[in-house]
Amino acid sequence: MMNKNKKKDDLSGRIIRTIGYVFISFLALSCLLPFVIMVSASFENEKILVREGYHLFPKEFTMYAYEVILGGNNEIIGSYIVTILLTVIGTGLGLFITAMTGYVLQRPDFLRRNKVSLFLFFTTLFSGGLVPFYLLMTRYLHLKNNYLAILIPSLISAWNIIMMKNFIRNAIPHSVSEAANIDGASPFVTFLKVIIPMSKPALATIGLFIGLGYWNEWYNSMLFLDSSVQFRPLQLLLYNLINRAEYLKNSMAGKNILTQDLPLETVKLATAVLATGPIILAYPMVQKYFISGITVGAVKG
Amino acid sequence: MKSKGESIAVKKKGFNAWKTSLRKDRAFLIMCIPTILYFLILAYLPMPGIYVAFTNFNYDKGIFGSAFVGLDNLKFITMSGKLGVLLRNTVFYNLAFLITSHLIQITIAVLLNEIRNKKFQKLSQSLLILPNFISYVLVGLFSFAIFNSTNGILNSILMGFGQAGTQVYSNPEVWPFILVIVNLWKGAGYGSIVYFAALTGMDHEVLEAAQVDGASTIQRIRYITLPSLKPTLIILVLLSIGGILRGNFDLFYNMVGSSNVLLHNSTDVLETYVFRAMTNNFQFSTAAAVSFVQSIFGFVLVMTTNAIVKKVEPDYALF
Repeated sequence: MMNKNKKKDDLSGRIIRTIGYVFISFLALSCLLPFVIMVSASFENEKILVREGYHLFPKEFTMYAYEVILGGNNEIIGSYIVTILLTVIGTGLGLFITAMTGYVLQRPDFLRRNKVSLFLFFTTLFSGGLVPFYLLMTRYLHLKNNYLAILIPSLISAWNIIMMKNFIRNAIPHSVSEAANIDGASPFVTFLKVIIPMSKPALATIGLFIGLGYWNEWYNSMLFLDSSVQFRPLQLLLYNLINRAEYLKNSMAGKNILTQDLPLETVKLATAVLATGPIILAYPMVQKYFISGITVGAVKG
Repeated sequence: MKSKGESIAVKKKGFNAWKTSLRKDRAFLIMCIPTILYFLILAYLPMPGIYVAFTNFNYDKGIFGSAFVGLDNLKFITMSGKLGVLLRNTVFYNLAFLITSHLIQITIAVLLNEIRNKKFQKLSQSLLILPNFISYVLVGLFSFAIFNSTNGILNSILMGFGQAGTQVYSNPEVWPFILVIVNLWKGAGYGSIVYFAALTGMDHEVLEAAQVDGASTIQRIRYITLPSLKPTLIILVLLSIGGILRGNFDLFYNMVGSSNVLLHNSTDVLETYVFRAMTNNFQFSTAAAVSFVQSIFGFVLVMTTNAIVKKVEPDYALF
């Protein structure tokens, strides 16, 4: 009976499935191709890239761009270290505070939970805008050209706390906290010893959100770091390379390369590969958390 | 006398209750201190700073030391026509992003749901969210590789077909399309997973009943699948309406660049203008005036939307 019915709807079903395969394959390819071309072009001979454009595979394979970046001064190594430190510290600290607040806000025996939630939620509705924020950071907190100006603004977000709150409420019944309470554990100890081990999937997902934000952070770096900072985060380094040819020439100075011989285009691409590489390498491991995170963390204040 | 004593007693009782509840909450409140301090300093402390919009700001004199000029800055941005263009662009792009992205996300989710091949589902989802993982700086590099007029991929293809190349970076008319497509590329995978998840939770009995009744695939999608996505769609759209005056700075700034004045009429949004006014020209007051309009209108918009939704369909209200 079922089989017969299945056959019956097969015409429109088959058409839709075919359209689906074609359409989604096309989209998936369009998401993948730019990365393939970027990697390939970074190994291309500069002259061929400029004259003939991009190819799926390099016509004349060379690692010259990478040699230029990695040889001589250690700017990119410094950028890596800065970015890794910011990502690790920011994710660790941000995740801890986010989880702690999220846990407290979902406890029904916390009488002021709604007041605190409103206090956080309001910041997503209204803000003073860029100018007061910039003045606070530079003129009043004196964080211009300080890495703290990049670490602090991305540390905690109200959305992540709301998401964490929903995660914990759905995954861990309140009776768990109650039991710990009867055993004499304070809320903080309960959070450390009981809740953290039980919310690993949520921590992985939100940690990934925060970590990705730090790795890709560029806005605050551009806003608060100027050229006097020697080692800038990777995305700012990449941004400067892309948008300021004279910056590239400056940064290549002292590498014993004549300005006209600088492989400008391939150096941009090779830097992009180096700045994005760790994400792409970690991608297969983390993307399942990412997908599960999107699925569970329905946002509602 | 008696009533006064009573009211004092009531006050005292209220105070004691407050003290008791505070004692109960103490451990929780202490755990909230880092977050409360964080938002107090970084979100609430700058709020009064919007006052810059009403001053002739002087960096050395500070926010409250600068001369008060009343509505002069607001008048300036309105009279010069700048504000109108910025509001138009910001709202236009956000609406275009909103409509196109939900359309394509729902289409992907529904099609993927019909294709019951688990391997294909997983692989395509993995590829589709790849753009979500990269920075907008890289997105800017990609689009330059595609659209630049010397060795860009688009022109290579056009010339391969014997067509003349185009100058994308000096043609403001094509940018709305480019920005919409790039926005889709960056976010379609993420959004489609949200919808796909909603479909996986669909009631299987209803689907089987429809099959027994001989509903075709098209009918099943039309009458069962799509309606089941309605709550998700409504929530997501409501969430975005509040942000309709907030431009995606990273997208616009990296795609267009700060100095390409040729394109600004069709690509400048509130965020990019505020940023340029402040960092390139040090016009703190003008920038703050634009931000002020954005914040106030944005806030009124969210509150109004929410109030209306609360009346019509309370379940969908955000708060």
